Amino acid sequence: MDSKRKKDSPESNELTRSSPFPDEVLERVLGLVKSHKDRSSVSLVCKDWYNAERWSRTHVFIGNCYSVSPEIVARRFPNIRSVTLKGKPRFSDFNLVPLNWGADIHAWLVVFASKYPLLEELRLKRMTVTDESLEFLATTFTNFKALSLLSCDGFSTDGLAAIATHCKNMTELDIQENGIDDLGGGWLSCFPENFTSLEVLNFANLSSDVSFDALEKLVSRCRSLKFLKVNKNITLEQLQRLLECAPQLTELGTGSFHQELTTRQYAELESAFNNCKNLNTLSGLCEATPLYLPVLYPACMNLTFLNLSDAALQSGELAKLLDHCPNLQRLWVLDTVEDKGLEAVGLSCPLLEELRVFPADPYEQDVVHGVTEMGFVAVSYGCPRLHYVLYFCRQMTNAAVATIVKNCPDFTHFRLCVMNPGEPDYLTDEPMDEAFGAVVKNCTKLQRLAVSGLLTDLTFEYIGKYAKNLETLSVAFAGSSDWGMQCVLSGCSKLRKLEIRDCPFGNEALLSGLEKYESMRSLWMSACNVTMNACRRLAKQMPRLNVEVMKDEESDDSQADKVYVYRSVAGPRRDAPPFVLTL
Amino acid sequence: MEKPVVYDNGLNLEATELRLGLPGTNEPEKQSSTSVRSKKRASPEMAEETRSKSSSCISDADDDAPPPKAQVVGWPPVRSYRKNSFQQRKGEAEGAGMYVKVSMDGAPYLRKIDLKVYKSYPELLNALENMFKFRIGEYSEREGYNGSDYTPAYEDKDGDWMLVGDVPWEMFISSCKRLRIMKGSE
Repeated sequence: MDSKRKKDSPESNELTRSSPFPDEVLERVLGLVKSHKDRSSVSLVCKDWYNAERWSRTHVFIGNCYSVSPEIVARRFPNIRSVTLKGKPRFSDFNLVPLNWGADIHAWLVVFASKYPLLEELRLKRMTVTDESLEFLATTFTNFKALSLLSCDGFSTDGLAAIATHCKNMTELDIQENGIDDLGGGWLSCFPENFTSLEVLNFANLSSDVSFDALEKLVSRCRSLKFLKVNKNITLEQLQRLLECAPQLTELGTGSFHQELTTRQYAELESAFNNCKNLNTLSGLCEATPLYLPVLYPACMNLTFLNLSDAALQSGELAKLLDHCPNLQRLWVLDTVEDKGLEAVGLSCPLLEELRVFPADPYEQDVVHGVTEMGFVAVSYGCPRLHYVLYFCRQMTNAAVATIVKNCPDFTHFRLCVMNPGEPDYLTDEPMDEAFGAVVKNCTKLQRLAVSGLLTDLTFEYIGKYAKNLETLSVAFAGSSDWGMQCVLSGCSKLRKLEIRDCPFGNEALLSGLEKYESMRSLWMSACNVTMNACRRLAKQMPRLNVEVMKDEESDDSQADKVYVYRSVAGPRRDAPPFVLTL
Repeated sequence: MEKPVVYDNGLNLEATELRLGLPGTNEPEKQSSTSVRSKKRASPEMAEETRSKSSSCISDADDDAPPPKAQVVGWPPVRSYRKNSFQQRKGEAEGAGMYVKVSMDGAPYLRKIDLKVYKSYPELLNALENMFKFRIGEYSEREGYNGSDYTPAYEDKDGDWMLVGDVPWEMFISSCKRLRIMKGSE
């Protein structure tokens, strides 16, 4: 049963009552508010609403695990069933944060065990999770249903085995892109034979073999299974058998797509896909050979999300596939499709809202292929609804970007990565300032921006002046002086996350944002020109900020190589490793 | 990596200097790193390392091309799991073998060869010559194969028949679906 709310004393009730509704009604109504931003707003209206909100909240989202402590969370929200937690700074995805930095889930689990014994869901991003923690989770929370781990580290398949063994009511097991120690596929066989509740299973990024027999039986008996993403060891023949068991799937991630099939096997696979009329998401397709892509066609009619970032397709193959996907809204591809492939996207996908183009060979210096500004422009002509883009390329021009944002003014997320640091407009040799100027001037709804190429302070003047809805900004190898960063800090009123690396921004810039940082989630600055003294000054003047520095081995004492600043009501970290200096 | 910032009269002139280098580096990057390099195609006679993943570029690059830049940590910002999966993919493709059919005009039956076994055009052509007991002429970009009745061709992913030897080796083996030794002029 939910913890019961203690009634205020009768006298204070009379005096503070501002609403004509009884608490229970208010709680009931507010219970329908789902978005955590809305709930934040609700809680600020008045004391009654604050209380009603905290009692009715069942899901809490914590964007920085060090901004608050589990005790504080539990004190405010007594009835939580679902927790989302994010840990390390985002640049840890790119190896800029050493191992053992922190963000360990265990301390949270211990508090949850006593305060939220009925916890059902845990979604973690960039946290450290050990096998012990997973075992603790599995054995302590008897009602536990959903576990989602994205970009986490610290655990092995043994931990997954514990989850499979003990969590009798599991509906979701989503293991994505983690630094996992893959000791073998035996964990999947740990689901008991009478276990049937699974709705989501994603083990696409695990590399060892699971027992196919166990998997097939699991899929057969879990009649509510909706999302299934298998790893690349699952062959086409096995995939066909799984699809026969589960034609009701709405999201499918295939294994490898290149086995040699007999004609009969091909026909059976085609027939299996033909029966999957409910698919809206498709991914996997590792090493897809063009020969077998046609088996997918009958299942593509209702696809809204196609993730081809594991399939190195060429332009022709992509074009043929897209002909069968008229309702596509989100598309992820590798740059092997080249500009020609993107032209096909522009022609075939009028409803496209999101495009991500990943580099197949990010570290190759002499690559002739990949995509250029032409591909992006082609998509912008054909897809006016485009609002989310992540684009890795080796060349770009100011004019192309101006055209793109003229065609697609509704960008909310614009992440452009010209892969050579400091690369100018390749036609004019000028900086790319005007490109991003065009983006922020045209796209008034812009929430997230990642810039690249040769950029001067002018880019940041534009951003500060025009990007009034900007919440997240990523900067690398750009800018000319402190002035650039100052423009952003003073101009972007809604800025919440700022991450900067390898830029000539120094102490003046850092300190210009003194008051700003309390309204932000975090600031990351690495390989810039910030000194330890400036960081100490910041820490001293802003006690509600945590100012953390990590030093590189070869740097001198005065340099603050990696700076991480974030607001917190929990005070300085108590679990910081020796290489994290809290100032 | 960063040298200490030098202030002259309170102005940090170096930081505001516009140049193509990474902030903090002393010398400007050479121009050729940002301009498009001329890419000579690998003809069968040339060394095949052009397409390898090793960072030391030999053979067809310009003589005064700068050495490849040292890789910057965490750049481009590609998630590690993506890098790993792509490396693995390449490694596995090597393990799996890449058998394609080879037909020769006039021969009673076809053969199959594993393209992964060969590292370059000369090796492949040599193997074909031995398998079918014939001699191939000299390759040149302008004239194809000169000096023999036989011409090696391959069917690519788009279904077109292409002359063997035009494109870099790696590109060839990733797009070659079958081979055909054509006889006489067509």
